[in-house]
Amino acid sequence: MLQLKKVSVKVGKKEILKDFNFEFEKGKVYAVMGPNGSGKSTLAYAIAGHPAYKLDVGSLKLDGKEIRDKKPEERAKMGIFLSFQNPLSLSGVTVFQLLRIALGKKKDPLELKNEVETTARRLKINPELISRSLNDGASGGEKKKLEMPQAAILDPKLVIFDEIDTGVDVDALKTIAEFMDGNKKGKTFIVITHYNRILHYIKPDKVLVLMEGKLVKVGGAKLAEEIEKKGYEKVMS
Amino acid sequence: MQQSNLDFEYKFGFSMPQKYTFKSKKGLDEGVVKMISQMKKEPVWMTEFRLKAYGIFKKKPMPDWGADLSKINFDSMYYYIKPTDKQVNSWEDLPAEIKNTYDRIGVPEAEKKFLAGVSAQYESEVVYESINKELNKQGVLFCDMDTGLKKYPHLVKKYFGTLIPPHDNKFAALNSATWSGGSFVYIPKGVKVKMPLQAYFRINAERFGQFERTLIIAEEGAYVHYIEGCTAPIYTTQSLHSAVVEIFVHKNARVRYTTVQNWSNNVYNLVTKRARADENAIMEWVDCNIGSKVTMKYPSVYLYGEGARGEVLSIAYAGKNQHQDAGAKMLHFAPRTSSRIISKSISKAGGRTSYRGLVQIMPGAKKSSVYVSCDALILDEKSRSDTYPYMKIKQNDVSIQHEATVEKLGEEKLFYLTSKGISKSDAEGLLVNGFIDPVVKEIPLEYSIELNRLINLEMSGSVG
Repeated sequence: MLQLKKVSVKVGKKEILKDFNFEFEKGKVYAVMGPNGSGKSTLAYAIAGHPAYKLDVGSLKLDGKEIRDKKPEERAKMGIFLSFQNPLSLSGVTVFQLLRIALGKKKDPLELKNEVETTARRLKINPELISRSLNDGASGGEKKKLEMPQAAILDPKLVIFDEIDTGVDVDALKTIAEFMDGNKKGKTFIVITHYNRILHYIKPDKVLVLMEGKLVKVGGAKLAEEIEKKGYEKVMS
Repeated sequence: MQQSNLDFEYKFGFSMPQKYTFKSKKGLDEGVVKMISQMKKEPVWMTEFRLKAYGIFKKKPMPDWGADLSKINFDSMYYYIKPTDKQVNSWEDLPAEIKNTYDRIGVPEAEKKFLAGVSAQYESEVVYESINKELNKQGVLFCDMDTGLKKYPHLVKKYFGTLIPPHDNKFAALNSATWSGGSFVYIPKGVKVKMPLQAYFRINAERFGQFERTLIIAEEGAYVHYIEGCTAPIYTTQSLHSAVVEIFVHKNARVRYTTVQNWSNNVYNLVTKRARADENAIMEWVDCNIGSKVTMKYPSVYLYGEGARGEVLSIAYAGKNQHQDAGAKMLHFAPRTSSRIISKSISKAGGRTSYRGLVQIMPGAKKSSVYVSCDALILDEKSRSDTYPYMKIKQNDVSIQHEATVEKLGEEKLFYLTSKGISKSDAEGLLVNGFIDPVVKEIPLEYSIELNRLINLEMSGSVG
C-alpha cells in the first residue's frame, strides 16, 4: 500500500535517508528499528510530508498514487497518520478542536465529543487533559497517549508511531499497545522504536533495521529479539 | 457584490448611499468649532471648552514617539456630519439604508438578545437607541453624549474633561474641540446593571473623522459592563477616528469596558481612554484591536483610592500595512492598589505590533502590586513586534512582576496540525485563536465568536 522507491531525503545539505526501497503491505505491522540518528524519524517525516524533509530523489506511492509532492494535510486526508515522537504543546487548542477541524463536517460535534471521551477513558487519560490545551502540562506518557484518540478517530489507513514507547512507563505502554491492537482493524502500522519493549505487546510482521540512513536488514519478529539481546553492532556485523 | 454609488474603489466591506441633512465644510477652524456647538445648541461653557481645546490642538505638535502619523491631513476632513434630523427610538423607525448597514454587521442578532441596552451610532450622531425601561427605573442613565449634555448638564459639567483634559495630548484636544456622539452612562449608588450596555457604530463617509466622546460614571458600589464593537467599510482615502473615553469608578464600584475594534484598514484609530478608580473600586479594560491602519491606544487606570484594582486585557492584530501601537497605563497613587496588564499581539504579512506600557508607583503607594505579561506572536519573517515597557517605581515595599515572550509561529507546530489533516490556514487560525484564548475568554460569547471568526478570516487571507 505504501511503496518507497530509491528514496533519499536531505535535511539542509546533509543526506539523512539514502536510497530507501521498500513496500509496506496493507494490514501488516512493521517495526522500524535502528540506533539514534539512523534516519528513523526522517523516514516518518518524509512519509507524512514535513516540508523540511522533502524527497530529494525517489518516489513515494500510496495505493499506487504518487504523493511525493502532496501537502501534509492532503496526505492525512488520503489516510496517513503520524503519531509524534514529541507531541507539541499547543496553548489554547484542545484535542477536540483539533479533531473537529480535521474532520470538518464528516462528524457531528456531539458524537465526536463522545468518541473523544470514550477513547480517553479507555486509555486512562486524565479527563482534565482532554478539556485543557493540547499537551499542556502533560507528562511524556500522557502526551503519547493523547495521540491515540486522534489516531483512532481520524481512522487512517496507515499509522506511523514514532517512538511511542520512549518516556512511557510500563503500565502506560501496555495501555497504549492494547489500544493500538484494538484499533488495528486492517490498518497498516509502522512502529518506529529503539527497543524491543513495545514489540512484546504488538507483534510485528516484519522488522526493518536502519543504520546510517540505509535500510540494512529486513527480518521477522525474531530479528527484534536478537537486536535486544546482542545490540545493533553485533547483529549487523 | 453591488457597486455603491460612491466614487471609490470597492474592495471589502460595504457602504451605503449617504443621506445627510448637514455636512460641515472640509477642514477645521474656529468657525467650524463654533458652528458645531451652535448646531447642537450647547451651553456657553461647552462652546468655550471647545474653543479652548481647539487652541490647544493647534499649538500641540504631532506625537512623534509612536506610530507614523505623518499622512494625516487635518484639512481634508469633515468635522461634523448630521445624517438624519431626529433621533429614533426603535429599530423600525431607522432609515432603510442605515438598517441595511446594521443588518450586514449583524446588529439585529444582538438586538434580539440585548434590545435593552443598544445605542447605535451612525456617523457622528446617535440615531438609534432603545433603552430598557428597567434601567430607567433603576435610575440608570444611558444615552448619547449630546443628549446627556442637554438633559443632565450638571452631571456632565462636573466630570467632563476632568480626567482627560484637552491639553493631555493633541488628539484629546481635537476630540474636545469637535466631539459629537458617544455615550453617556450614569449608574447610581449600589445599582448593578445585569446586562451589558452596548453601542455599535461605524464610519460611513469618506474623509470623515469620527470624534465620539464617552463618559461613564459609576457611583459607590455600582456595577456596569459597557461594550463597544465596530466595523467599517474600506475607503481609498484616509479616515480618522479619535475618541475620548472617561470613566469614573467610585468607591467599591466596578466597571468593565470591552472593545472589539475592527476599523477598515485605512482608518487612523487614535483613542484616549482613562479611568479613575477610587477606594476598593475595580476598573477593567478588555481591548481587542483587529482593524485600522494605525491604532494608538493605551487604556489607563489611575488608582486613586486605597485598595483599588485596575486591569487591562488586550489583543492586537496587525496584518499587511497595519500598525497596532497599543498597551496600557497603570498609575498607582494609593496604598495597596493592584494592577494587571495582559497583552497578546499578533503580527502577520508585514504587520507591526508594539506593546507600549507604563506602570508608575507614586510615593506613598506602598504594598501595591503590579503584574505585567505581554506575549507577541509573529507569523512570518516580514512582520514585526516591539515591546516598550516603562516602569517608574517611587516607593519601596511593592511587588512587581513583568513577563514578556515573543514567539514565532513555527513550522513544527504547523506541521503537527497539518499532518492531522488540517489546512495551513486553519492551523494558523487554530494556533492564533489558542494564543489569544486567555483574553477572549473574558469577552461575552457573541463577541468572542465573532472575534474567532475574524481571526480565521484573516488567516485564510480573505480579508485585508
